Amino acid sequence: MAIRSTEIRPILASLRKHRIPALLIVLEIALACAVLCNAVFMISQRVSDIQLPSAIDQQGLVTVSLRGTDDKLVGSDIPRNLAALRGIAGVQQAAVTTSLPLSHNNWGWSFGVSPDSAVANRKNINVSLYFLGEGGGKALGLHVLQGRFFNADEFAGSKFDTAALPETHVVVMTRTAASRFWPGQSALGKTIYSKPFYYTVVGVVDDVLRPNVYTQNTSKSYDAIYFPMSAAGSKGAFSYYILRGAPKDRDRIMREAEQKLAELNPGAVAKGKIYMDIRNDYFADMRSMAWMLVLVCAVMLAVTAFGIVGLTSFWVGQRRRQIGIRRAVGATRGQILGYFRTENFLLSTAGVLIGMLLAFGINLYLMQHYEMSRMPWYYLPAGAVTLWLLGQLAVLGPALRAASVPPVEATRSV
Amino acid sequence: MFGYYLELAFRSLRHNKVLTALMVLAIAVGIGASMTTLTVVHLLSGDPIPDKSGVLYFPQVDPQMPADGRHHAPYPEMDYRSAMDLWRAHRADRQSLMTSSMIKLRAPEAQHAPLMLRMLSTTSDFFPMFEVPFQYGHGWSPQDDAQRARVAVISSDLNKKLFAGENSVGRTLRVRDSDVRIVGVLKPWRPTPLFYDPWSQNFSKTEDVFMPFSSSMDVNKGNFQPYTCWDVPKDMRDLQHANCVWVWLWVQLDTPAKVRAYSRFLNDYADQQKDLGRFAVGSKHVRLRDLMTWLEANGMVPADARLQAWLALSFLVICLFNAVGLLLAKFLRRSGEIGVRRALGASRGSIFVQCLIEAGVLGLLGGVFGWLLTLLGLWLVRQQPVQYAPLAHLDLPMFMATFLLALVASLLAGVLPALRASRVAPGLQLKTL
Repeated sequence: MAIRSTEIRPILASLRKHRIPALLIVLEIALACAVLCNAVFMISQRVSDIQLPSAIDQQGLVTVSLRGTDDKLVGSDIPRNLAALRGIAGVQQAAVTTSLPLSHNNWGWSFGVSPDSAVANRKNINVSLYFLGEGGGKALGLHVLQGRFFNADEFAGSKFDTAALPETHVVVMTRTAASRFWPGQSALGKTIYSKPFYYTVVGVVDDVLRPNVYTQNTSKSYDAIYFPMSAAGSKGAFSYYILRGAPKDRDRIMREAEQKLAELNPGAVAKGKIYMDIRNDYFADMRSMAWMLVLVCAVMLAVTAFGIVGLTSFWVGQRRRQIGIRRAVGATRGQILGYFRTENFLLSTAGVLIGMLLAFGINLYLMQHYEMSRMPWYYLPAGAVTLWLLGQLAVLGPALRAASVPPVEATRSV
Repeated sequence: MFGYYLELAFRSLRHNKVLTALMVLAIAVGIGASMTTLTVVHLLSGDPIPDKSGVLYFPQVDPQMPADGRHHAPYPEMDYRSAMDLWRAHRADRQSLMTSSMIKLRAPEAQHAPLMLRMLSTTSDFFPMFEVPFQYGHGWSPQDDAQRARVAVISSDLNKKLFAGENSVGRTLRVRDSDVRIVGVLKPWRPTPLFYDPWSQNFSKTEDVFMPFSSSMDVNKGNFQPYTCWDVPKDMRDLQHANCVWVWLWVQLDTPAKVRAYSRFLNDYADQQKDLGRFAVGSKHVRLRDLMTWLEANGMVPADARLQAWLALSFLVICLFNAVGLLLAKFLRRSGEIGVRRALGASRGSIFVQCLIEAGVLGLLGGVFGWLLTLLGLWLVRQQPVQYAPLAHLDLPMFMATFLLALVASLLAGVLPALRASRVAPGLQLKTL
């Protein structure tokens, strides 16, 4: 749209006559622009949290939690239950684990890299512990990047004594955890300590999420380590049975597995869930917040557009006679159209300029008072362009009506 | 006069239906969106026990030894020994120890599969202190605490599930491997947020089983979970002697003097433990916060809720700007009519009142539609899979607030246009007619 100063001057003159409505519409656009930038930024952050990758077979995984079992009998019950679960059609792998990514069921501990690291050492790194029964790596679908996963002897030899950490000396950790313990070095063969316990890294796996994630510091969300654990030595810590199959079978596998475990363990409580539901539940709040923000943005833009439509329609109605005079003295329809579009463009420009400043200020405020990160700069021009386009779109209807005012209007009285 | 102005207002509103609809819509949408959000925020940051929140306090000490330098404030929970010491001292008007754990529960008399539930281990003061309402029976006595009595109070939900809501006092429950007698059944009770448990998700339900702290230690031995430990526990089944925090305490202090005295007592205790070499940090890490301050400090009011409130308010402001702009445009357009009325002898004041009445009518209409939109919004919130969803209902004060907000907002939106409209000089306007 070409704007000539000869067009702008009469527009400014007429806006001066309607100072307060013009100011209000400018402020409305400014506020809408500021809220839009920040809301879209929040939405994008939530969406990226919801999509945090986790290197396990999330689609094919089925879980059944079994609680209230007799700790003394787990050594024979777990192998029997697993054998029964493997008999379900479509089950490729079955194993037991103490916890799952995003299950809220966190078992945290902190380790150091020097032999005198005690659990409360301030330099220690806090990690989430996962204990897996034999076959657990395959059942989850972990990707081994370096080294190896646990062998059968390591599974069989690991047990809980009375302490919280297992009587074993091997551990597998995620790539992120490995680089946090030993930045820039290979973790293989190195040892982590929590006096008097120590564990040597035999393998590194691709990043898997912790049972709870940190939404602001997502790299911390991957500090997880895996221990082997025997059924007999697990002391009732194995609360999840995990089954892997084709995604299309997962609902059926879940129902059959839950039923089977309930039959086999009449005194315990079995509850089946497909893994994707665990993941979706974890992010349910975040998802509904994101949708709410989307809704608010949409309604806000609609209200702003209605405001522009209303005000411009009103101005068009008010100036029918002037428009008629302009048409009578030779203005084309295009010029009338251009007049209202330029007027809106000027109002929008003033609005988005204030709006971008406001958006930046709001972001700074949110960063200080809520856990919010800095908004990338390109959100500001993007928000501005959106409101420009919205303004042009909203003004189009009333402006077209203005353009269709016949020149004869000039001769009519009000 | 008022009736005449009202009639004029309706006539003028009918005159330009599209503009009227836009204004009503702007107010309604602004109010609908902001009231929905504010209702949720109100719910999220509300006082769970308004009668007593002023006298309930949450004491904290820092039992960590040695200090690791990483934390600068005490954990919400304490180790067993500190909590027991403070509880046994009985320095407050009321005091309850607490910890929460998972239990397996069966009811031998009810045909029901075993359940895994949360149990709150607490002491007899819990029920009077938090004004817990009973349907049947009552809480247990201090003697029950002392004698490690195998008694329990159950929630209304559990009573419905196991005993179809009948009076189940005197019946037996099997908790883990022990028989426990029911002495009380609660009425539906759902404090929001669940303030007494520092680790609850905000809108968790209460535990289903409440047992004396002492006897629950026997019944559920080995199944308590520590929040954190600073030494590797020698035996995870024996947290009472481990260097872990997992027990917490609430006290009731009825007068400011008692609050000061209790605060002194806590400081002295912490310093004494430091001198004994059991605490690394003494009174510097002692806290005694009242309930609402504690909720705030513990972050039990989600930051999301606040953000939503800000969003809603700016949304309302946008809608108000919108309404004022349109209203102003509308009133000024009628300057001819106003000129006639002024020339016929209407005072500025009466023009002003007339404009305000018109704005007020718009506000009321906007309020009614806004209220409907709020109901719709809350219905949408209830469809969300979030914990607080079922609690999202419009309460009466909120309902009144909706209308007030509508009226005040529109009158505010009306003042400026009304002021300008009343300044229209009669002669000038009549000339152009």
